[in-house]
Amino acid sequence: MGKTFDNASPVLISAGCTYNERMLAIHCLNLWKRYDGKPPVEAVRGLNLSVEVGECFGLLGPNGAGKTTTIEILEGLLTPTSGEVEVLGMRWGAGHDDEIKQRIGISLQETKLSEKLSVLETLRLFRSFYRSGIEPEEAIARVSLEEKARAWVGKLSGGQRQRLAVACALVGDPDLLFLDEPTTGLDPQSRRQLWDIIRGFRTQGRTVLLTTHYMDEAERLCDRVAIVDHGQVIALGSPAELIASLGGENIIEFAVNDQNGHADLEPTALASLPSVRAVRAESGRLSLSVTQPHVALPALLERLQQEGRELAHLTTRHASLEDVFVTLTGRHLRDEESSPS
Amino acid sequence: MSTLLETQARPRQASPLGQLMLARLREFWRQPEAIFWTYGFPLLMTVALGIAFRNRPVDKYVVDVQDGPQAEKVAAILKQNPRFDVEIHDEATSHLRLRTDRTELVVVPKDSAQPVYDYRFVPSRSESQLARNEADDTLQRGAGRKDPAATASIPVDEPGGRYIDFLVPGLLGMSLMGGGLWGVGFVTVDMRIRKLLKRFLATPMKRGHFLGAIMLSRLVFIIPELLILLGFAYLAFGVRIVGSPLAVLALILIGAFTFAGIGLLVASRARTMEAVSGLMNLVMLPMWILSGIFFSSDRFPQAAQPFIQALPLTPLNHAVRAVMLEGTPLAALLPQIAILLAWGVGTFVLALWWFRWN
Repeated sequence: MGKTFDNASPVLISAGCTYNERMLAIHCLNLWKRYDGKPPVEAVRGLNLSVEVGECFGLLGPNGAGKTTTIEILEGLLTPTSGEVEVLGMRWGAGHDDEIKQRIGISLQETKLSEKLSVLETLRLFRSFYRSGIEPEEAIARVSLEEKARAWVGKLSGGQRQRLAVACALVGDPDLLFLDEPTTGLDPQSRRQLWDIIRGFRTQGRTVLLTTHYMDEAERLCDRVAIVDHGQVIALGSPAELIASLGGENIIEFAVNDQNGHADLEPTALASLPSVRAVRAESGRLSLSVTQPHVALPALLERLQQEGRELAHLTTRHASLEDVFVTLTGRHLRDEESSPS
Repeated sequence: MSTLLETQARPRQASPLGQLMLARLREFWRQPEAIFWTYGFPLLMTVALGIAFRNRPVDKYVVDVQDGPQAEKVAAILKQNPRFDVEIHDEATSHLRLRTDRTELVVVPKDSAQPVYDYRFVPSRSESQLARNEADDTLQRGAGRKDPAATASIPVDEPGGRYIDFLVPGLLGMSLMGGGLWGVGFVTVDMRIRKLLKRFLATPMKRGHFLGAIMLSRLVFIIPELLILLGFAYLAFGVRIVGSPLAVLALILIGAFTFAGIGLLVASRARTMEAVSGLMNLVMLPMWILSGIFFSSDRFPQAAQPFIQALPLTPLNHAVRAVMLEGTPLAALLPQIAILLAWGVGTFVLALWWFRWN
């Protein structure tokens, strides 16, 4: 297999920073998308987004938040109702569509690739669409499907299919990778394998935009995260920044038995405890955002002792993006499991 | 940074059209049920229809004689003609049998010294009319008629003039139509439902390559199908191609192209299998009836002919019959070929423009 240097490589263009001084891979401004219907649905409502070249960016939000609509607009599959979109410094529908498509790789939320084709045949097919790219065999190696190269797609497990979908996105050697819920429905091991593939892609200095409703995925994989709800970005930053915005990086969750006829604990009373930055009450439980659990915890226990209350439940853990989402919206990320996104 | 990363230029760039066609062919060959419906079904149909129609024209007529004093005598005269199956029934029964097509003719002898007969028959049924004429001859001769001219009947049953010879080109056209519409339509809608079309749309794939590959792979599938059909018709019924086999092949390819284009257009917007099935039946039904598969399209009124001749299956059937039965060269069939190509190109262009990818 002859490896040659290709001077016209898209990678060189992006690294040479010729198309955008700000080095933005994706830029969209005041994006709106309305689906006509009864009733009309506004899936995206004034969304702003800037993704820099070389970062792994996550759109995190519950189902129905508008993540898929947003990513499909960025992929050129949907036309926005209004707003500006630039992908790799180019606009869709302005005569550069083929150029954009040559340089992005995508994985849709659900695509059923032809079951009667083998992994290798599928990748050869996808490779043929691109002017330049990697060998299908190399794409297979990147997603560790070598043993299944000759197997029909119909015989693959869910995780293997998802890796094949990512391989199809990689085979055109893209500068920008779009992954829509790449790990939904996969077992933990398959999810970790996919994370490794995505990290590998990012370490080559290329850009990834992924959507997920798994907070742990966003935390471990993404350089920056936009939390999306009701078609808008409600928080933006690195996972650490977002978690830090809670005021405390640890969470103490507890519940008390209220059989003794005590009134409910007053959240504001707990806020004055040392190291506690915020208090949230939720379905009978209280959770405290604290900076130093070893300070807050003894104080809390002492307070409960004084009031004669009995602990029914107590846990401490690191704060997560889930806590950020709950703090911002009062809802959990996975509340709306059944609604379409 | 990424400046050091090389992009490998593939030394032998695979053609997307070729890869798309290869994918279609592989999917097809790896699906046994599709092979049966494409290749087995038209064959079974030919066998069934060939057997059903090979004994035409009917060489036996059922004739009823209405019961009465003269019935036995009349029945005896008719039985002298080996082409009659004679039965005696009372008036009500024989009327019912005539009305329900269980007998071709009811002979009603009058009770008189001279032979006087009424013939009850159904003029709109050709068998009934033929039975009337034949029975009349037999009864007139039985009553003593002398024919002034000496005649002899010589039946001709040569290949080329039989119904099966007419039928096979029609079935060929029907296979081209059905195969093109079902084959292209279902595959396309299936890919739309699986969101594979949307996935392809997100690649730099040329839309024309995709649709072209679907059409061209139809041409490849159709060759074995029609070779099997023609081979079987030759071996089982002695149906021969009088004209050039290459001309037949050319017409088959043109026909396959035409109906693949129509299939694409029919499937260009449909989002469900039910929708596309309904549309395909709607498109095919007029041609099944009007385009001369089982009987000549000339039987329809003159006023309807411009419409019938403009349907794509009519010129195809006409041209294939002309080559197979009469040995007409392709050059004499240019108007038919032009209509077919106009349909094929027109539907392809419309489909390309109108196609729903997601």
